[in-house]
Amino acid sequence: MGRFVARRLLQMIPVFIGTTLLIFLMVYSLPGDPIKSLFGPKAADPATVARLRHEYGLDKPLLEQYWNYISGLFQGDFGQSFTGRPVADLMSEAFPVTIRLALLAFGFEVIVGIALGVLTGMRRGKFLDQFVLVLTLIVISIPVFVIGYVTQFLLGLKWKVITPTVQDSENLGQLMIPAIVLAALSLAYVIRLTRTTVGENLRADYIRTAVAKGLPRKRVVGVHLMRNSLIPVVTFLGTDLGLLMGGAIVTEGIFNIQGVGFTLFKAIQTSEGPTVVGIVTVLVLVYLLTSLLVDLLYAVLDPRIRYA
Amino acid sequence: MTTMEKTANVPEPRAADGDGTPLLQVRDLHVEFHTRDGVAKAVNGVNYSVNAGETLAVLGESGSGKSVTAQAIMGILDMPPGRIPQGEILFRGQDMLKMSAEERRKLRGSKIAMIFQDALSSLNPVLSVGYQLGEMYRVHQGLSKKEAKAKAVELMDRVRIPAAKERVDDYPHQFSGGMRQRIMIAMALALEPDLIIADEPTTALDVTVQAQVMDLLAELQREYNMGLILITHDLGVVADVADKIAVMYAGRIVETAPVDELYQRPAHPYTRGLLDSIPRLDQKGQELYAIKGLPPNLLNIPSGCAFNPRCPKAQDICRTETPALAPVTERDGAPLAGRGSACHFWKETIHG
Repeated sequence: MGRFVARRLLQMIPVFIGTTLLIFLMVYSLPGDPIKSLFGPKAADPATVARLRHEYGLDKPLLEQYWNYISGLFQGDFGQSFTGRPVADLMSEAFPVTIRLALLAFGFEVIVGIALGVLTGMRRGKFLDQFVLVLTLIVISIPVFVIGYVTQFLLGLKWKVITPTVQDSENLGQLMIPAIVLAALSLAYVIRLTRTTVGENLRADYIRTAVAKGLPRKRVVGVHLMRNSLIPVVTFLGTDLGLLMGGAIVTEGIFNIQGVGFTLFKAIQTSEGPTVVGIVTVLVLVYLLTSLLVDLLYAVLDPRIRYA
Repeated sequence: MTTMEKTANVPEPRAADGDGTPLLQVRDLHVEFHTRDGVAKAVNGVNYSVNAGETLAVLGESGSGKSVTAQAIMGILDMPPGRIPQGEILFRGQDMLKMSAEERRKLRGSKIAMIFQDALSSLNPVLSVGYQLGEMYRVHQGLSKKEAKAKAVELMDRVRIPAAKERVDDYPHQFSGGMRQRIMIAMALALEPDLIIADEPTTALDVTVQAQVMDLLAELQREYNMGLILITHDLGVVADVADKIAVMYAGRIVETAPVDELYQRPAHPYTRGLLDSIPRLDQKGQELYAIKGLPPNLLNIPSGCAFNPRCPKAQDICRTETPALAPVTERDGAPLAGRGSACHFWKETIHG
């Protein structure tokens, strides 16, 4: 187990260098000149442009720029955005918002998704099952931004149940509806996945054994059925947590939440290289760590899987 | 350690029932499955009984209804699609089909236990064997986790799993096939039930291990004086351990007999066919005998005797009239205890 973790952590180094370099190259191949865009519609003074360019190190060769960036990164310096603010500051504002939103959405997925999945899996073909199946199909087939705008319009503007946009990103109540919108798609998948595995395992021989042992139904379902059925669901949820952390550009955009997705989107639009690379780097790390966590959890849940 | 000493002494054999009621009695049991293609009649009026300390072997091909009968006794039939339209299953004189679900649950595992065919798939892959064994004590006797584990180690010792203490936290996939089946046996035995139903307990094992597992099962049965219903299609297994045999075909019992007599003088053409299909060393080189045709489709059981399309002795009456399980007698009419045959021509079959 220890060796497995160590190996996985070591594997992260090339992945980390590779992704940052790739993002770096991509950002710098974006159209538009970030320095010139600082001046807006005004004509830029060539001397000032050159000075700024030098200040940000943009006049050096690309690989040297990358080297400077990476070596700064290892000293905990994410660099400066072109507006003069340290990227670390920007991120420390955006990440807590997204983490809150992601955790809310995640909690919603876990609780509602697994509960509905188990219920429908055990009542296959019954009304509830059919109803939920149709519902998930609808959610899966409608793009998120449609769901988002419709919810915003109905709940926020027409019935005025919620504020149309999030005013205070620390208010969990206000984040609730955006979190549900954000979770909707994955929720549908969690329900379907849980339903399938529960339905399958319900017919498994060991469930028959558990019943034959005279265990109460609660225990048959809660211990014997759930433990086995949740293994694939946990895998899905793990990767999904990484995705949610990446911020939801669409959802955050619709509800005006100043999270990671929102910040990243703005940064890409204004060719803010350091901000984009910084955020994506952190996201890559988050993703690598959650996938490691999922793998470890997988071994905990299923003893047949052993890592050496 | 202390718990081990306390329970290590052998439990006394149970006193046989004084009033003469059999431990388990199945009366005119019918089971059917409602499928999209129609009603499959899996069990059509089965009668049998088992006493304490007695071994009943239920013999038959796949689809003859032997497992379904057992599942009906255990109360683990999937209902729906399964349905029990009529019949009684009396356990110590009480009809289990009339009991509440909770009453039946309490009987399962503690009074009637079942051993399944494929131990690998019948044990939960993600729970340790110690946990699965200990569960019996925790649920039925309310023991703590720790006490239950000590009991589990003890049980594993009883079924002679080497290094039980070290292996109690292992998972089913870490055991060999024979050891896994021992764990299944241990699980069934945990609460010293009155009756054990073993559904082809050795089919998934290789021949050398089969004998070991059967011996263990027979030994434990004697020791605890349990009733045993042994479901199998292996005539070799039956000969060694069974007291009496019920042969099933298409959901009916076609012949019952004490074990030796069945082998010597079968009174039903189907039983004869089964016995003839055992490969024999002295017939090496000759073609193996096989009963012609296939087991009947349960959605559409042939009229009359269900075996008639495959029977070498079938006459017109076999196609129209269903033979009842009639008592079998000697040529001179002297009764033969425990023998019965559901064949119009049992006399010709047994007496040539």
